[in-house]
Amino acid sequence: MMKQITQIGLILVVFAVSLFSASIFLSKYQLTEKSLSEAVSTQVYEQLSAELLASKASNQALNAFEFSAEVRGVLVEKNQIWKDAEAWDLVIWDSPHDFAGKLAMSSVIGPVAENPGLFLFLTFGLAFIGGILYILPNVILLGPPGIKNNHVFHQKSTNRGWIAWVVFTWLIAFYILLYFFPDYTISWAKITSPASEFIKNKPGDRWFLYGFTYCTVMTVMAVRMYIKYRNNRYQIFRTSSVLFFQIAFAFLIPEIMSRFNMPGMDFKNIWPLDYDFFFSWNLDTMLSNGSLGLFMLVWGLILIIVAVPVLVYFFGKRWYCSWVCGCGGLAETLGDPYRQLSDKSLKAWKIERYLIHSVLVFAVIMTGMTLYTFFSGTSEVMGIETQQIQKTYGFLIGSVFAGVIGTGFYPIMGSRTWCRFGCPLAAYLGLVQKFKSRFRITTNGGQCISCGNCSTYCEQGIDVRWYAQRGQNIVRSSCVGCGVCSAVCPRGVLKLENGPEGGRMNDNPILIGKDSASLSHFSEI
Amino acid sequence: MRHVAIIGNGISGVTVARNLRKGDSNVRITLISAESPYFFSRTALMYVYMGHMKFEHTQPYESGFWKKNRIDLIQDYVQSLEFESKTLQFSSGKSLKYDELVIATGSKPNRFGWPGQDLKGVQGLYSFQDLQLLEENTHPPLCKEKDRKVKNAVIVGGGLIGVELAEMLMSRNIQVHFLVRESKFWGNVLTEAEGDLISAELRHHGVNLMMNTELKEIQGNSEGRVESIIDSHGNTIACEFVGLTAGVSPNIDFMKGTKLAVDRGIIVDEYLQTNIDSVYALGDCAQFSTAPAGRRNIEQVWYTGRMMGEVLAKTLLGEQTSYNPGPWFNSAKFFEIEYQTYGQVSSIPEENEARFYWEHENGDKAMTLVFDSKSRLFIGLNVFGIRLRHEMMDRWLRNGVSVDYVLEHLSDANFDPEFYQKHEKSIINQFNTEFSTNVVPKRKSWKRILGKIGA
Repeated sequence: MMKQITQIGLILVVFAVSLFSASIFLSKYQLTEKSLSEAVSTQVYEQLSAELLASKASNQALNAFEFSAEVRGVLVEKNQIWKDAEAWDLVIWDSPHDFAGKLAMSSVIGPVAENPGLFLFLTFGLAFIGGILYILPNVILLGPPGIKNNHVFHQKSTNRGWIAWVVFTWLIAFYILLYFFPDYTISWAKITSPASEFIKNKPGDRWFLYGFTYCTVMTVMAVRMYIKYRNNRYQIFRTSSVLFFQIAFAFLIPEIMSRFNMPGMDFKNIWPLDYDFFFSWNLDTMLSNGSLGLFMLVWGLILIIVAVPVLVYFFGKRWYCSWVCGCGGLAETLGDPYRQLSDKSLKAWKIERYLIHSVLVFAVIMTGMTLYTFFSGTSEVMGIETQQIQKTYGFLIGSVFAGVIGTGFYPIMGSRTWCRFGCPLAAYLGLVQKFKSRFRITTNGGQCISCGNCSTYCEQGIDVRWYAQRGQNIVRSSCVGCGVCSAVCPRGVLKLENGPEGGRMNDNPILIGKDSASLSHFSEI
Repeated sequence: MRHVAIIGNGISGVTVARNLRKGDSNVRITLISAESPYFFSRTALMYVYMGHMKFEHTQPYESGFWKKNRIDLIQDYVQSLEFESKTLQFSSGKSLKYDELVIATGSKPNRFGWPGQDLKGVQGLYSFQDLQLLEENTHPPLCKEKDRKVKNAVIVGGGLIGVELAEMLMSRNIQVHFLVRESKFWGNVLTEAEGDLISAELRHHGVNLMMNTELKEIQGNSEGRVESIIDSHGNTIACEFVGLTAGVSPNIDFMKGTKLAVDRGIIVDEYLQTNIDSVYALGDCAQFSTAPAGRRNIEQVWYTGRMMGEVLAKTLLGEQTSYNPGPWFNSAKFFEIEYQTYGQVSSIPEENEARFYWEHENGDKAMTLVFDSKSRLFIGLNVFGIRLRHEMMDRWLRNGVSVDYVLEHLSDANFDPEFYQKHEKSIINQFNTEFSTNVVPKRKSWKRILGKIGA
């Protein structure tokens, strides 16, 4: 009976995700005078309407790809003429796909655009219901409460089998389309339109779609966490916390602010993860929005300068990474089934240290240039165009690393690829955690049996056992304090705790129970 | 160059090798094992079978570790020992000369000559090869119901490996019938109430626990495969698998008949020295001629193997050191109930002892405190479903504190994850009622935990 319910759930999820994916092909696009004028400014309308309305994009209903190609063709061709004529004020600087996206949004026709509510139910609705049906029977199927990692390495989905590769491919495709091809994903934005209208009183766009998807996925997977870890209050509280901060802070508050025509802000996002906080458009927005804007600016600065060091000192970086952060929130819910796939080798650790600190340096330099440009008004620093650096950072780090790789590689490289190798805020938090914090994972004397559960299930790829079997506390900059090492330990060896700095690093651990062998100095071996 | 050869790459042998290398960068070290090329955690084999881990995850060191630290690995079986010429003969035909020999060959599962114990589908669980055999003897994980070749399994012997094997088999939808000779579970170690607690946990997970029941005979079919057993009450239980987990004994067969003095294990003195010069033995396979104070003469747990390894490495490094393990501790997990023990808690109270038993109303947490009824000296405790801080327990046992002190400062010793429900008050209230005391719990103090104040 329970088995059947999970199967029905799975079928619903697969159907809903398939329909969602296929919805791209269900919509047609045809440009009219009206839809064009809705999408662009009067000036652009005058510049391009003749060519666009004479093109195939206007003569017939095209699919997303054909429509985009037509529009982009016209844009690129006209831009080239203006550039050749050095008529710089006529050139339209939008990226071609963004420009095509705007036109596609107002020109969409077909079943999705006509019945967004129905499609919202058939995709998000059924995926949600299916997900819950798939997960809920585990209360009974998993047996009495307790961590059950049975078959994690037997299953194709969690052990890099073909299911993992299918999920991987889907996630990569989703992120690439979402970030770089808004013109192909109009159907998705349309599907979430009813929710967007309800929450922010505006039609859906791709960023609303992303936030809505994020929250839906996290909610379903949080239910899974509640069941899997129901014997462990730390996990229950932590899951509730990340879910709350995602839904309220990252999603609802900014969207509702936007409903009331206020500048939206994710009040828990901190520079340098929030890499465009100091970008001139953002500073201008904050500075032109009176006391609210000023509050946003001061709040953002307080988070960077005060909250990070103080809270990390008292609680470790976990206060952010596994209790508050959105990236962490997704990793701790959607990513939990994949946590065991992180690479534990010394080599991976080495790459991690080089990579994450390089990204931090990149973010600091990029922001430094940004501020220099903002205050001095010169667009170049030492011959390098600030805007170019910002764009490069946004593309490479903000989109490709954090999104496409960060989430896309869940089923292959584990849930914290971005957090471990790329997040500049994690690097900053980690430096504080390493050098000035009360947080540690205490090893319980000599109780370790070297079984390896802790290392295997560390999403950050820390070889926890290396320390535990030596009786040594774990103080690592990358530890996000998810607490799963402690949860899966069969001998009660590990405890996350905040205590005096003095007792944190036990460099000369005594493995309790060997009076005769006194202190041992395990420096290399 | 001085050459130390170590037979056995379990926790004992590996600890010797590592600590030896740490103290001497010149000595040549060879680790020999027929079982596996690299050291792995034996206690983690169950997790490989259940799919929590891959076998490689049970290896605490990357394969490059051994080369980097110049510890030579030989995967071969030692056929014979020639003590005069200090030579090992391998079954591959090769041989190896040594200057000092360390024997750490561990244990093997007990077999008591049961009729049918050599049938197919009957096995113990100790080595990597046993794990492979178990994979052969049972069906693959997640297979369809009709393909499950083992529907019922019988496990004989109510100890820790038996419980682990039960959990493993249950993960593949095999009904487990667990034969336990004693009237209480793990009756020679746990108290009656604790045995009941664990029994209830096993039954809760679906194990068919049969107390006061022994194995009489294993019956096979025409293909020589087990098809049923007969128990001591004359009942027949149909089964396709039998797990023999009635303890382990030292794995020393190939040393019998040599000059090496053996009894149940290899006889060693307090320095782990055998009767032959330059030959040492430790871990599961060693038997102390005189047991350390308050301990058994054969100790077959992970921790003691590690401690003996550290001691022997010191001796080999020139600082002769006796095995002096300090307060006893151990731990285990029975399905979802974690167990820790510190100090001396025997299954039956000694004459001078008073005992206190607390159990949570859910039946998944419990604590037994043992103390001297006159002096109130804290002697030891068993704890189930609650984690305690090893360092505190160790310090209290060494410093000889009273049971009242232990209860008063129980919060210092709590090692449960954050936000877990605390039980100190409930424990202390019950204690106060039973013993007419007035122990008042103190709040957790980091100063005490770090040893800056207090006992």
